[in-house]
Amino acid sequence: MARKLLLEHINVPGINTFDVYRQKGGYRAVEKALKTLTSEEVVEEVKKSGLRGRGGAGFPTGMKWSFLAKPEGVPRYLVCNADESEPGTFKDRYLMTHIPHALIEGMIVSSYALGANTSYIYVRGEMMPQIRILEKAIAEARNAGYLGQNIMGTGYNLELYVQPGGGAYICGEETALLESLEGKRGNPRIKPPFPAIAGLYGRPTVVNNVESIAAVVPIINDGGEEYAKIGIGRSTGTKLISASGNLVKPGVYEIELGLPVEEFIYSDEYCGGIANGKRLKATVAGGSSVPVLPANLTLKLANGDQRLMSYESLSEGGFATGTMMGSGGFIAFDEDQCMVRNTWNFARFYSHESCGQCSPCREGTGWMEKVLHRLEYGHGKMSDIDLLINVAKNIEGNTICPLGDAAAWPVASAIRHFRDEFEWHVKEPVKSLDTNYGLANYAEPIAKAEVTTEN
Amino acid sequence: MLKVEEQQPVEFSSVLLVKFDEIAGRYPEGKQKSALLPILHEVQAEQGWLSASAMDRVAAFLDIEPIEVYEVASFYSMYFLKPSGKYVLEVCRTGPCCLVGAEKIMAHIETKLGVKENTVTPDGLFSWRGVECLAACGYGPVLQIGPDYTFYENLNEQKVDELIENLRNK
Repeated sequence: MARKLLLEHINVPGINTFDVYRQKGGYRAVEKALKTLTSEEVVEEVKKSGLRGRGGAGFPTGMKWSFLAKPEGVPRYLVCNADESEPGTFKDRYLMTHIPHALIEGMIVSSYALGANTSYIYVRGEMMPQIRILEKAIAEARNAGYLGQNIMGTGYNLELYVQPGGGAYICGEETALLESLEGKRGNPRIKPPFPAIAGLYGRPTVVNNVESIAAVVPIINDGGEEYAKIGIGRSTGTKLISASGNLVKPGVYEIELGLPVEEFIYSDEYCGGIANGKRLKATVAGGSSVPVLPANLTLKLANGDQRLMSYESLSEGGFATGTMMGSGGFIAFDEDQCMVRNTWNFARFYSHESCGQCSPCREGTGWMEKVLHRLEYGHGKMSDIDLLINVAKNIEGNTICPLGDAAAWPVASAIRHFRDEFEWHVKEPVKSLDTNYGLANYAEPIAKAEVTTEN
Repeated sequence: MLKVEEQQPVEFSSVLLVKFDEIAGRYPEGKQKSALLPILHEVQAEQGWLSASAMDRVAAFLDIEPIEVYEVASFYSMYFLKPSGKYVLEVCRTGPCCLVGAEKIMAHIETKLGVKENTVTPDGLFSWRGVECLAACGYGPVLQIGPDYTFYENLNEQKVDELIENLRNK
């Protein structure tokens, strides 16, 4: 079995309670950090660990922390981003449901490192059960003396609150999240200034994903250098992968970064292969925003080497033949799935979730949704395919926040890799309504010459 | 678009008003507007939806303009700006759930309840709608029911039938 850092005790009965979590070594990181380390030393350990943001961007957490402005007499904030909404991603829900104290403990250590005395966990509103679970965990930690005034006699004070969202994907973008936490619509802010300088209430703020904050606990317990030994290259540590779609065993898995994608999909320790004896057609490796890949490019790089579950290997080949680690939302499509229909579904998602602030995204996501709808429902024209690429290109890079890019990439990549299937929908409008294009050649070995040309 | 329904005086329970104070205490002095989203959830849990009168009272409590409440309530998908069924079945309609049959589940619910999306059944008990990704993709198809947002996972037609029967007899 691979090494587990976050989910090591996930099957211990009662691990969701303070007492059992404590018995299993919980809150050691709080004791160690607050009693034996300075806040700078905690930041240093996180830097050494090589931990990269687990929410999607993959930015080094320690570096993000070191950017935090620390003017005298001005409060600073740590805000945990638990607005998990990226289609295909459900790891944070899992962690908060089953082992909530891992997040609370991480919040205490991280708040101490940043010098924050009030911290918030912004949870998407639909996760009301998880909000109740976290509130209970906070009350337990407070009763045990790990929250509140003068924690364990160290002189450090911390208040921790849970904030529900209202149902908006955009609030996963950190400045939209801060707007929402201030009681406003979730419209992303123009950056700079970055939250590290002017974040919540205009004060220096760090926003981190649930999994990033939970990972701080083993980093402090074992040391940053130990954590950095796990994984491969600059992809250090373990990562929670949310596996969904047509798999034998969908669910949340903790992997050591560097695991071969093929092993993740087919081994019994992880997803156990494709459900119902079907063959793999395509995957979205890191949540709906990252480029979709056909089966052949999922399992192997363009040069024929094995593809690994790491930040570098997943993005190997750029957007021509690669994808991204993103949030670790791994969606598998079997041979019966229609790539046009799925692309339309995702386009509808982004159109629904655009905050409406920037014209390219507000209008463009709606246009893409309409064009894809007509292609899927047999009214498409051949020129629609290039029209989609044109619209996607005009959104990408032209918006305040990355939602525009996130909406453009799935469409552009689907056409890049599955153009035959899009064209078939135009040529066979009636047939495509009740039959599928099937696996076609999407699992065949890659001919090198084909892969570097398009888009 | 926010359409203001007829104005009727609204009463908040004393329990709700205590919650308002507790929530407002989570933020620094002068930043009480932060309480808006959690307070709207509490109001909707008690009232079933957010009427203009209810939103006006929230504005008065937080000492902000009513428009600041309306613009927030109309932005976020969880807030109901008109009365809905007692039980709103919200089915995830995004990609991963559709790979494992969410569209069939929605069609079945429509047949079973006999009403279109966003329409309340004549007895006032049910309405349903497709919603975007609920972050439970590995357990799809899924639906949730407020105000507690209880989750129902790995749905099939039989499970949906049982759920609706149970709610009907509750």
